[in-house]
Amino acid sequence: MQPLLQVRNLRKSYGSLEVLHGISIDIAPGEVVAIIGASGSGKSTFLRCLNLLETPTSGELCFDGKPVEYGEEGWGWRREKQLQWLRSQIGMVFQSFNLWPHKTVIENIIEAPMIVKNVPRYEAVAEAEDLLRRIGLAEKRDAFPSRLSGGQQQRVAIIRSLAMKPKLMLFDEVTSSLDPQLVGEVLNLMASLAAEGMTMLAVTHEMSFARSVSTRTIFFDGGVIAEEGPSHVVLNHPRQARTQRFLSRTLPVIGPAVTVAEIQSGQARVAQDLSAGA
Amino acid sequence: MQSVFASLPGFLYATWLTIEIAVLVILLSWGFGLVAALGKRSRIAILRVPCDLYIWFVRGTPAMIQIFAVYFGLPQFGISMSPFVAGVITLSLNSGAYVAEIIRGGLMAIPKGQYESPIALGLSHAQSFRRIILPQVARIILPAITNEAVATLKNTSLLSVITVVELTFHAQIVIAKTFQPFQFYILAALIYLLLTTLLTRASALLEARNAVRS
Repeated sequence: MQPLLQVRNLRKSYGSLEVLHGISIDIAPGEVVAIIGASGSGKSTFLRCLNLLETPTSGELCFDGKPVEYGEEGWGWRREKQLQWLRSQIGMVFQSFNLWPHKTVIENIIEAPMIVKNVPRYEAVAEAEDLLRRIGLAEKRDAFPSRLSGGQQQRVAIIRSLAMKPKLMLFDEVTSSLDPQLVGEVLNLMASLAAEGMTMLAVTHEMSFARSVSTRTIFFDGGVIAEEGPSHVVLNHPRQARTQRFLSRTLPVIGPAVTVAEIQSGQARVAQDLSAGA
Repeated sequence: MQSVFASLPGFLYATWLTIEIAVLVILLSWGFGLVAALGKRSRIAILRVPCDLYIWFVRGTPAMIQIFAVYFGLPQFGISMSPFVAGVITLSLNSGAYVAEIIRGGLMAIPKGQYESPIALGLSHAQSFRRIILPQVARIILPAITNEAVATLKNTSLLSVITVVELTFHAQIVIAKTFQPFQFYILAALIYLLLTTLLTRASALLEARNAVRS
């Protein structure tokens, strides 16, 4: 199968400091990839290069079979058009939610489909309401983001991205700024997306997510991919010494806010819904 | 007291002119301010340096000198304007420099994520700025921009020195006829007070509405 995303020898420098030393990877459609690693290892920068929030210094990007000509950082109408095309197909969810405080929940969701894809308002609203129902927040339709809990805000941020019907979703530490008891609802939503076949790349500190939802885990260290492979292999039987060191430091500290069983039951529920033809 | 009542129609007309000038100047100053604020944030030196110089020069020199320089100075180079036009342009450029700094402050107060999330969804930079950033900036700067508008309204009295018959100049004309400076300066002051009060009240109402809508 043709990979959805191909990355070849991606490098990123800030001044004389290179933070990504040539990353190459293929992501197949439907893959759920967890990206783990210590802070400063370049994993967030890598994710932000994929939708060109950061402009790579060099390297090739190919999305959906088309090479991305990201060019030089700066202005240019043609460059912006190309990047808009790319970004309208790659959703991104941030650690800090970034809902727009001056717009209601529904306005947040319909903004991009209406403005970027020229979807008629009634259609965008209907789709947004469907998405809200799905995450159980239909009654928050006209609330402003400040009235929502962190977990609710993050779930709205996720469906705001989904409203663009992206082919790939990027998650940048989306549970890191949540209270522990709110992490589960967000992870469950991500698990249900994974179960539906959404292609996902998630920078995460949630080992439970990496373990039970992701099909592949990539370990970043010092700006390179130090180890990658099927999640159960990388997380349970890491080959590299530095992966072992990282995992041994990480695992014991985890007080699992969401258990593997919870995520799996979430997945099972969604799978049932799907097979029921919902 | 009778002379005060007799003079009211004239004052009404002068008040109207003051309002006209103030509204024009305030709107234009927002335009100049926005352009200068964006220019000053630009990475491109050809845009940034002129905006920097503009803000630096205008804020560092007295408004009165600026008005004299434009109205009396520019005709030396063949650029003559009516007192009204010269006054409106000069006051707008003057206030614009202050507005630029207010807007710049507002832009800096918006978290980085608010700039990134619309871009990540595929909006263009212009769309993101107009639809996501600017409305938030407007709320943040409302108190400061109201302050500046009040100052601008009062600064219209400076145009009396270049013969614009606004409120202050009109008062002086009436005083010259009636020799009642106290009454008429107080009358002018009360009218200014009424206008600035309307402005601050309107701003307070907007602020209250925004507090509900967030």
